[in-house]
Amino acid sequence: MEVTGAQALIKSLEAQGVEVAFGLPGGAILPVYDPILDSSIRHIHVRHEQGAGHAAEGYADATGRPGVAIVTSGPGATNIVTPLADAYMDSVPLVVVAGQVAAGAIGTDAFQEVDTTGVTMGVTKHNYLVKDAAEIPRVVAEAFHIATTGRPGPVLIDFPKDVANARVDWKEPAAVDLPGYFPATDPDPGAIGRAVELIRTASRPVLYVGGGVIKSEASAALAALVEVTGIPVVTTLMARGAFPDSDPRCLGMPGMHGSYTAVTAIQRSDLLIALGARFDDRVTGMVSAFAPNALVIHVDIDPAEMGKVRRPDVALVADCRSAIEALIAALRGGEALDPARLASWMAQLAEWRARFPYTYDPGDGSTIKPQYVVEQLRDATPDDVILVSGVGQHQMWASQFWRFDHPRTWINSGGLGTMGFAVPAAMGAKVGRPDRMVWAIDGDGCFQMTAQELVTMTAERIPVKVAILNNSYLGMVRQWQHMFYRERYSSVYLSPDLPDYVGWAESMGCVGLRVTAPEEVRPAIEKANEIDDRSVVVEFRTDVAEHVYPIIPAGHSNDDIVVHPSQAQDQ
Amino acid sequence: MNGRPNGKAPYHLLSVRVENRAGVLARVAGLFARRGFNIVSLVVAPTQDERFSRISIVVDVESAPLHQVVDQLGKLINVVEISELHPDRAREAELLLATVGVSPSRAPGFVELVGRFGARVIEEAEDAAMVMAVGDTASLDEFEAGLERFGIVEIQRTGRIGLPTLSPTA
Repeated sequence: MEVTGAQALIKSLEAQGVEVAFGLPGGAILPVYDPILDSSIRHIHVRHEQGAGHAAEGYADATGRPGVAIVTSGPGATNIVTPLADAYMDSVPLVVVAGQVAAGAIGTDAFQEVDTTGVTMGVTKHNYLVKDAAEIPRVVAEAFHIATTGRPGPVLIDFPKDVANARVDWKEPAAVDLPGYFPATDPDPGAIGRAVELIRTASRPVLYVGGGVIKSEASAALAALVEVTGIPVVTTLMARGAFPDSDPRCLGMPGMHGSYTAVTAIQRSDLLIALGARFDDRVTGMVSAFAPNALVIHVDIDPAEMGKVRRPDVALVADCRSAIEALIAALRGGEALDPARLASWMAQLAEWRARFPYTYDPGDGSTIKPQYVVEQLRDATPDDVILVSGVGQHQMWASQFWRFDHPRTWINSGGLGTMGFAVPAAMGAKVGRPDRMVWAIDGDGCFQMTAQELVTMTAERIPVKVAILNNSYLGMVRQWQHMFYRERYSSVYLSPDLPDYVGWAESMGCVGLRVTAPEEVRPAIEKANEIDDRSVVVEFRTDVAEHVYPIIPAGHSNDDIVVHPSQAQDQ
Repeated sequence: MNGRPNGKAPYHLLSVRVENRAGVLARVAGLFARRGFNIVSLVVAPTQDERFSRISIVVDVESAPLHQVVDQLGKLINVVEISELHPDRAREAELLLATVGVSPSRAPGFVELVGRFGARVIEEAEDAAMVMAVGDTASLDEFEAGLERFGIVEIQRTGRIGLPTLSPTA
């Protein structure tokens, strides 16, 4: 059957099971937008290509399936570079198709021409420039294979207009044949044996759980490992929900704004079992002082993570779930572990938890504390609500004060720290999981960056809820200027009233609510929860003076953790 | 002996078989640039199998541990195989072309120098000559030093290439 290159692309996407694509047309990608009209793929027409990329990420994070975005050449492609970089950092499976000028015009500085493969080389797992329409089925099949296997990541397909217009005989792609791509899967039995020996003899072990546990759908296996070993768990920002916060063995989040107990447990541990985690600087603080007495078992599917930051004593290059299952099998094959061996360690952890929980000053009731809003949202929403956040103070408070009990219920930008992530990612999450309530917690600075996707959501009937913690500042920057720049506030003030968030929300077809007093917080949330035919934006006017605690100053040892001022005398 | 003078940490020679696809050199070079790995030299050419090219890269491992360079390179989809060519288990060579500002017949010692390193004069003019030499990096370093006294006008070296030796126990 003869088809156009554009039709071959759409057929190839359909063959991959793609149900949804987020995109925005333009000159070079026009041929692709014609067969989309006849396709089973739901195309969601975003208002900015960055929105398409983050929506595709939110979709992938919520569902575990690859997110797809389609953009045009030049500015369309450059506008999606940030989401590509974000997905690369957080190992999110994406396939992005970008239009390109006709192959013959490449290199001539043609209208809307950008060297898209060159620009995106450093922020994609792989990319393609399609030069022949006959390659399309193979390239698309490879792109999805690469994006979703091994350590997941974004793949870009640069698609020249003349290739899209060319006529070609449709052929199903042959099996993927990539002679240089063999992602690890099963762990080395010898390494499993050495890991088990360390687990058996450790007296202060900690499971350091990263986003890889969620990507490999290993939460149930992890729960079983904790049952067998009794070892306490910390869940990184990318892994919140991989192990339930409501389990007493969950110590919460490690790192710069992590819980005192999680941070200090790692510092005092004699065995750190890193599962799908990459020793990010936000977790380690000063690397040379990180977990100084711990032996390290490092499980990761990416061999380049072994020793990149911290040299492991046992390196397990494998899919997290198969590695965890192999550890459980090996542990069960031997003598049962006596929970009493960890009794004094668990008692120590319990004591820290009691002394240093996350806390904030409730104040005199005259201002809304941002942490209070997070707590109220947590308590007024269903157990399986999907929470999405932007980047900054609100993100840290959301991670700290929420109670995550399920994987894929927390979606945020970890590695790249992309402000403006929340609104479009929430759209993607809701498209992927229409059965779930989706709340975004956003900052006022973040909201201003990508709020236009609420227009998309109104037009496409994708109802989400956005809580803006409006403190009229770039709050995290303000906090650092307060703590580390002698309160010299530089370019951080945003104004509480400009823009008018309620008016803006309403102009985008949403319900807009403004909350200015603590007693209005819960009723506003409950009102928002009852609206499910359109998106709701609730603006909470929050106390600007609140800082995120604990904090470990950048570059310091994690031993230098600064707890909330009210706990300082206990430290 | 390993290419770096003054007894500093050695340079390492990596032999990298890659898929012969557009942009593969940019991927390798870009990876080195963004990860902060230093390339001393890099040679790329197709192999006998047109689907693959071979890249010989000399890496300065003071910039990053060799295993990290190898592991990151291995993540490039088009990189098929990476081997470190240890000097004891590989044959290495490098090609040198140089123009000097003398005529060989009127420069005492020049012909002897060329002969001692098995080099050849490949072009001559009234007041200039071009020489070509093949050898290991250390002997070419020595040859280059010898040429300096005749005045090097231009020089191009390829950087090291190599293959595993046929008798690896030697």
